[in-house]
Order: sequence, then C-alpha cells, then structure tokens
Amino acid sequence: MTTHRIRMGDGRVEARSSDELRADILAGTEDAADRGRIPALTEQERDYLFDLFAFRGRIVGVEPGHEVVLTDDGVAGSLWTDQGDSGVGVPVSREQAIRLFERAFGFDTAELGHPDYSYKPVKPVVANEQQCMESVLLSTIIPVYYGAMPNLATYARPDGPFGNPSDLMPLGRIADARAAQLEAAEACTRDMIYVGKKMAAAGADGLNFDTTASAGDAEFLATLQAIEELAASTHLSIQVGMAAEFVLGMHGEVEFRGERLAGLYPHQQVKLVEKAGASVFGPVVNTNTRKSGPWNVARAVTFVKACSEAASIPIHANVGMGVGGVPMCETPPVDAVTRASAAMVEIGRVDGL
Amino acid sequence: MGVGDPVGMPMAHVLASGMGGIRTAGDLVARMQLHRKMRLPQAKAYVAEKLRVGIDDLSDVVLMRELREDLDIGVVTAMPGAARGLAAKARIERLLGIEIASVRMLRAKLEAEL
Repeated sequence: MTTHRIRMGDGRVEARSSDELRADILAGTEDAADRGRIPALTEQERDYLFDLFAFRGRIVGVEPGHEVVLTDDGVAGSLWTDQGDSGVGVPVSREQAIRLFERAFGFDTAELGHPDYSYKPVKPVVANEQQCMESVLLSTIIPVYYGAMPNLATYARPDGPFGNPSDLMPLGRIADARAAQLEAAEACTRDMIYVGKKMAAAGADGLNFDTTASAGDAEFLATLQAIEELAASTHLSIQVGMAAEFVLGMHGEVEFRGERLAGLYPHQQVKLVEKAGASVFGPVVNTNTRKSGPWNVARAVTFVKACSEAASIPIHANVGMGVGGVPMCETPPVDAVTRASAAMVEIGRVDGL
Repeated sequence: MGVGDPVGMPMAHVLASGMGGIRTAGDLVARMQLHRKMRLPQAKAYVAEKLRVGIDDLSDVVLMRELREDLDIGVVTAMPGAARGLAAKARIERLLGIEIASVRMLRAKLEAEL
C-alpha cells in the first residue's frame, strides 16, 4: 500500500494512505464550507491538492508565470529579532535587514516595524520610526510599508487606562465591558491615525494593520475607522491582515456601515475592508494543530478562495506560522510551507501572500 | 506572509510562489497593486504593457535582469553607475505613470527656493 509522508498541524511527521489523504482533504474543505457557508472545493481542486501532498519531492512551487506578489508583517525582523518572533538574532539593523530582503532574498515589498509591534507603543517614539523610514526609503527600490498591530488589549487595565472586558464579563458587568471596549477602540483609532499620518509624512508607501481584530469586533471597528480616515486624507496604500478566520464577538453588537462585525468570515470581512478604503486584504485561516497538513491546507484554501472571489482589491493570504495551512511551529518545515504556498496561489487564487 | 525563521518562512515562499522583487518585475507589479488596487492579472498586464514584454516574462529573471539594466530602473546585482534607491524609484514612477511619495518629497526639496 502506498503511504504518504505528511505533516500534522503542529509540524510532526505522520503517514497517510492514499484513501486517508483524500479523506483528510475532503474533510478539511467540508469543514470550511460548513462554517463559512461557502462552496467546498471541486473534485478537480481536491485532486490538485492530493497530487501536491502525494508528490515525494521535498519542495514544490507554482507553475511558472503564476507567481504572486509577496508582502509581509515585519518579516525582515526575522533576521534580528529573538526566538519569540522566530528571529535568528543576527546583529544587523532594521535598515540593513530590509536591504537584505530586497537585494539578496528577492522580496517584492518590505515592511518596517518596531520590535514592540503595536501602534500604541510606537506613538511616543514615532519620530525615531519616521527617521528610520526615511533612511530606508532613500536606499530601497521596492515599496515599503510601515506595520504594527492595532492590539486593542493593550488599552485595557493593567496595561492601559480602560476597563478590562475579560475582568468585567465574568462579573456579569456586560454593559460596562461593552462601554470599556468602545472607549478603548476610540483611543486605538486615534493612535493608529496619528502614527499613520506621521508615516505618510515620512513618505512611506503604505501602512499595514497586522493581526487585526485579535481582541474581537471592537478592535476591527477601531481599525476600519482608522482606515477610513487615512485612506481619505493620505496617499498611503493600506493593507489589513487579520488575526483569525472569524471575528470574535467580544462586544457583540458593534457595526460598521450597518454591518454587524461579530462572526464575519474572510469573504465578508474583505467587503468591509474595501468599503473603508484599504488597498490589500490579508485573510487568516487558523491552523488546527491536531489535524493534518492536508486537512488544514484544504480548509484554508476553501476560505481564501471564497474571499478572493468576493474581493475587488488584491488578496494577500497570511501563510505564516500557524495560519494558512502552515504548521504551528517556530521553524516551519519547507515541505509544508511550499505546499501551502502553492495551494494558496493555484486553488485559493490569491494576488499575493 | 507571516512569522517563521528566515529559511522556513520568507525563503520558502520566495522559492515556491514569489515574483522575485527587483530580480524580476515583482516590485513593479506590487506597485500597481498598492497604488491602483489592481488585482494580480490586471497588475501584471499593466506592467507587461509598459515594459513591452509578455506576462510570463515578468518573473523570468534572465530576461528581466537585462531589461531592468536597459531601462535603468535598478538591478539586483551591484553595478556601478546603475540607478538605485530614490533614483531608481524616480524612473519607475515615470515608467509606470504613478506617483511615489518618497520621490515626490525629494522633488519638493529640489524645487524649493534656497
């Protein structure tokens, strides 16, 4: 019996028979279709995924001519950051790291980001960030984003001045928890607009909101409102990368332009991001560590394909550690990453990664 | 993209699916996505027309290496005299018919009264 070497969602190697591999792919796409109320992959698309995972070679790739644009969320930082970001701790500056990604590693775009990768801590040091951005722009050719996370949770006590919904809700203080989130969201929007306008003044090509809605629907609202203002008042190209496939209803009732934010899936999220004025959307589909790579990839590309079909702006799917079918481990195996990469392009029909 | 060590994450995607940045026409296609919100097929078609090449040529490193040198829009290898940084972006701006903010700001400095 033919067996196939596959990775689990946590990176472990396991074996699958051909029937088991096909069953994993089918179950993965059906799970996405059921949750998102979207079409499952066709038989032809499932056959492509089967061939991709059954191929015995270590790395795979897209058909020549099908290559896509790469954007990132501070990936140049992987050269100089610590283990927490899968960084390898090489003593190079941020400017040098971006130059390396442009000239040595063939990157299409780059992103500058602060080590404390949230808009709130950037605000007091934004002049330093502007100087670094100006320095990068002098010497690079590829488009350069500034990136950080909205990270609404940093506005709640004890890190911030507002009530903490995770403390208030268990006490039954639902109205207080909701009010605290809206107050925090207003401050978060102000900070993102402040930093965004400073980066526009420094000449940045774009602004990236990374891991958006990590604290739920109020954070998504804060980000959409910041995008509206920045898209209307600056030249910035705005990219929105999400935190998860599903917007958590931590508030539960917030709306943007009449649409309730809690519970939205990628193909619905992108429509609001478009309305706000963003240029690029990065859908996220979380990896289930207990399921196989084929299950996770099939599930992820099902969500992303629906998102790509619904979108009118470029879709750059997130395919980092623990998302987009990539295993949740700090040194992602290239066999798993290249399969997720190729599947996102050939089946997910993304414009970039 | 996302988090991961340099070989496992960015390098893997560059080799599997990436356009190639300034080795090819990846930066130019990216600009049309960023500046004009063009989907990938539209962005590739736009750049291919401006460069007068086929769409599949945009990610051909051999063809694009020579073409980028001819157009003087920045080449990946270190070549004395080749446009780099803002100079290359100023030429890309003209080639693609877009405005690049950092180039606009340089122009403003150059044209401001002394």
